[in-house]
Amino acid sequence: MTLDPKIPPGPLETKWDRRRFTERLVSPGNKRRLNIIVVGTGLAGASAASTLGQLGYQVECFCSQDSPRRAHSIAAQGGINAAKNYQDDGDSVARLFYDTLKGGDFRSREANVYRLAQVSTQIIDQCVALGVPFAREYGGQLANRSFGGVQVARTFYCRGQTGQQLLLGAYSALCWQIERGQVTMRPRTEMLDLIVIDGHARGIVVRDLVTGRITAHMAQAVVLATGGYGNVYYRSTNASSCNVTATFRAWKHGAAFANPCFTQIHPTAIPPVDTHQAKLTLMSESLRNDGRLWVPIAPADRRLPEEIPLSERDYFLERRYPRFGNLVPRDVASRAVKAMCDEGRGVGPGGHGVYLDFADVIERQGLGVVQERYGNLFEMYQRITGEDAYRVPMRIYPAPHYTMGGLWVDYNLMSTIPGLFVIGEANFADHGANRLGASSLMQGLADGYFILPYTMGHYLASAPPSPSAEEQRASCAAVERVTGQVANLLRANGRRTAASFHREVGKILWDHCGMARSRTGLTGALEAIPALREEFWRDVAVPGSGEAFNQELEYAGRVADFLEFAELLCHDALHREESCGAHFREEYQTTDGEPQRDDDRFAHVAAWEYRRKESPVLHKEPLVFEFVQPTTRSYQ
Amino acid sequence: MKFTLKIWRQQGPHDAGRLVDYETEEVSPDMSFLEMLDGVNQRLILKGEDPVAFEHDCREGICGSCSLVINGVPHGPERGMATCQLYMRRFSGGDVITIEPWRARAFPIVKDLVVDRSALDRLMQAGGYISVNTGGAVDGNVLLIGKEQAETAMDAASCIGCGACVAACKNASATLFVAAKIAHLGTVPQGKPERARRVAAMMEAMDREGFGVCGNQYECEAVCPKRISTRFIAVLNREYLRAGLVEAGSPGKPDPLQAESD
Ligand SMILES: Cc1cc2nc3c(=O)[nH]c(=O)nc-3n(C[C@H](O)[C@H](O)[C@H](O)COP(=O)(O)OP(=O)(O)OC[C@H]3O[C@@H](n4cnc5c(N)ncnc54)[C@H](O)[C@@H]3O)c2cc1C
Ligand code: FES
Repeated sequence: MTLDPKIPPGPLETKWDRRRFTERLVSPGNKRRLNIIVVGTGLAGASAASTLGQLGYQVECFCSQDSPRRAHSIAAQGGINAAKNYQDDGDSVARLFYDTLKGGDFRSREANVYRLAQVSTQIIDQCVALGVPFAREYGGQLANRSFGGVQVARTFYCRGQTGQQLLLGAYSALCWQIERGQVTMRPRTEMLDLIVIDGHARGIVVRDLVTGRITAHMAQAVVLATGGYGNVYYRSTNASSCNVTATFRAWKHGAAFANPCFTQIHPTAIPPVDTHQAKLTLMSESLRNDGRLWVPIAPADRRLPEEIPLSERDYFLERRYPRFGNLVPRDVASRAVKAMCDEGRGVGPGGHGVYLDFADVIERQGLGVVQERYGNLFEMYQRITGEDAYRVPMRIYPAPHYTMGGLWVDYNLMSTIPGLFVIGEANFADHGANRLGASSLMQGLADGYFILPYTMGHYLASAPPSPSAEEQRASCAAVERVTGQVANLLRANGRRTAASFHREVGKILWDHCGMARSRTGLTGALEAIPALREEFWRDVAVPGSGEAFNQELEYAGRVADFLEFAELLCHDALHREESCGAHFREEYQTTDGEPQRDDDRFAHVAAWEYRRKESPVLHKEPLVFEFVQPTTRSYQ
Repeated sequence: MKFTLKIWRQQGPHDAGRLVDYETEEVSPDMSFLEMLDGVNQRLILKGEDPVAFEHDCREGICGSCSLVINGVPHGPERGMATCQLYMRRFSGGDVITIEPWRARAFPIVKDLVVDRSALDRLMQAGGYISVNTGGAVDGNVLLIGKEQAETAMDAASCIGCGACVAACKNASATLFVAAKIAHLGTVPQGKPERARRVAAMMEAMDREGFGVCGNQYECEAVCPKRISTRFIAVLNREYLRAGLVEAGSPGKPDPLQAESD
């Protein structure tokens, strides 16, 4: 396997222009004859499918929900970044580039990140044109807020429902293309395999979730926009259907999986209360604009928050990171919260929580302002906990949230399988070892609206035609393979539910490959996971049949993939003997608990190749920093 | 707390359905309604029985997947929230709770509590968009949009497309759903050029998909998890009327109302 990132030569500022100019184009007449498959209708998938349709390609688009509008992107709350510098507070493309690179702890590609910052401004314009009702100032201009890890206000938002509005914008563009006949939409359909012919991605195998029918769909190129795998931890802030199946099964066909251990644990979610809880609810990072994190100075202090005087409170982020205060990046904040709880200073049930307090801002600016800014989040908090956060501080605790790792892609967003493109959270590309808030929505739309539609053309213009005789054979074989896999799940007829296995593998990962990792812990996890997987195949209970609507069967299939994928995550975490971004190895820290990065040995992307019945094989893409000198990331 | 559940079970669109009784195990008041149902399903699976099919995904009130009629009310007893945001502390131990699917001509049942809401997508495909190409958009601050106008657009755009409004309506009308989209896109300047065509196309599609007409009873607003206001229905009616006038004008001529109303 070779990893050629295909980065265009020349100065950072002109690389993307140069690539667009040197790329081959497909003539309008030929586009009509080319089919493209897009799997996923989140921000990345919906924006890509609609734009490709508008360009004249015939697009077939799939999603597992009953409507493309329900993709997980809908749940994003806080906002989307762009280097518009409308606030005139010193922002620029170069600054957004640098913040993102530094936020990712210098584990991403300069060229990709720079391009992301460049197209960010177009995204906002495009969304406005589609009717997205961004927050506005009284004078009618677009409003901004701040997010973690930066010192400018560059985040655009729609109340606490930014993902919803951006997705509805992309979905409406998709609706237009469906109406025009350019996109054929297939909701309630799950991709279960990739079809590769002569080394090129040529189609997918899907299961119709209503009828259970398994069929092959062929195309000249396949795009995966299937989101992240945060649910491998069982409980996360992700929607319940988020999964790794599509990318994981592509991995088994030769697509390298990059940096799987870079998983983001978000500092501010509502703490879990009991084991039956299915998901964790995020409290948006935007709250850290105004909320202050604190714990009692004394361990095991059981007084109510209002009984604890100022002098006995520790505003630990402000104390440890005076320059960024409560707005340090997520990985830094999460570790600090964990450290407080480990010291016995956590609050709430089990000591799993810290306060996020709005008393100061309410006093300074009034209740009305806080209600207007965050009303829906406070309401959500109240519904879940029964507490009124306008009067008592919120309690929050870290939760798995986002995955920086994903299928490896080159500058053109193509994986190591020619013709297989990967966009949005599903790829590994732009966030390094830690993603900054409000940057995922930016990346999803950058990939889908502005990057993929260009780079895809180049591949299609130069790809060999598909051998049709081979197609028939390959698609039949793939359908047979998938039918067998589905039957296997139903066969065990065992005594444990899929959820019980999911919970168990999630706990192994949370304990040993979560906020802190160690050689001993990871080695133990790598022994425990295969044993659990064997038990799964022996003892899982999946009722019903494969030829009908069967939600438990869908779920069991996703859990089966998580049980294999968890191992890959641990291999990656074990190999990376450094602490960087969200990946914190206990062996590699300073005496005051700050992470120690090792650029000499680990300034690379770890891309893993699948080997049947063997351990995965590591390939390294060296990260070359031509324009920026990696520094120790300090927010103090 | 323990509960008796009466749950609608139906194998497929053409089978007869019926209410079946289930007893829950001990349920904590901090559990969500859907977690309570998860518990019921886990036990059914272990007994080798068919778990109850129901829709859910985000479980935080934004994706619009969850869709249960609880004790006769879409999304249950609490106003302004989706099923997934309902917690068991709202009920008292020993309660009998009836759980049924959305019922509407345009929403055939898939299985148990799951219905096919693709008709709502087809309404959107008929006209719920602004037809601009990707690329070449002008700067986002070129057209200023007053704060109040932006807030109104956002109020309308908050719709999560769950279909509770349809399920609550005696005529199974999707008027509030359509009104929200018409009001959202008609409020922002970018949506104005297509407003006449949009409203005509969406109203026609509503008819075609088997949704009823608005009976002005406003049950829709009462169950809407995002509290979308029925004042948008007044906006819809105005837009529809206006579109009729525009159509009556001669084709090719500039939209007669455009100049005065913008
Ligand atoms: C609660 C929450 C809040 C967030 N807030 C923010 C924020 O404020 N700002 C920000 O920038 N980011 C935020 N994020 C992150 C961001 O929302 C996601 O990273 C982003 O939306 C992912 O978009 P996507 O298009 O890559 O994938 P998704 O939106 O996850 O879409 C995946 C799509 O793939 C489909 N799919 C998956 N597998 C299959 C399969 N096998 N077959 C068929 N279809 C499949 C699904 O149906 C879906 O359509 C937040 C995340 C969470 C969880
Ligand atoms: S599950 Fe998403 S709105 Fe209820």
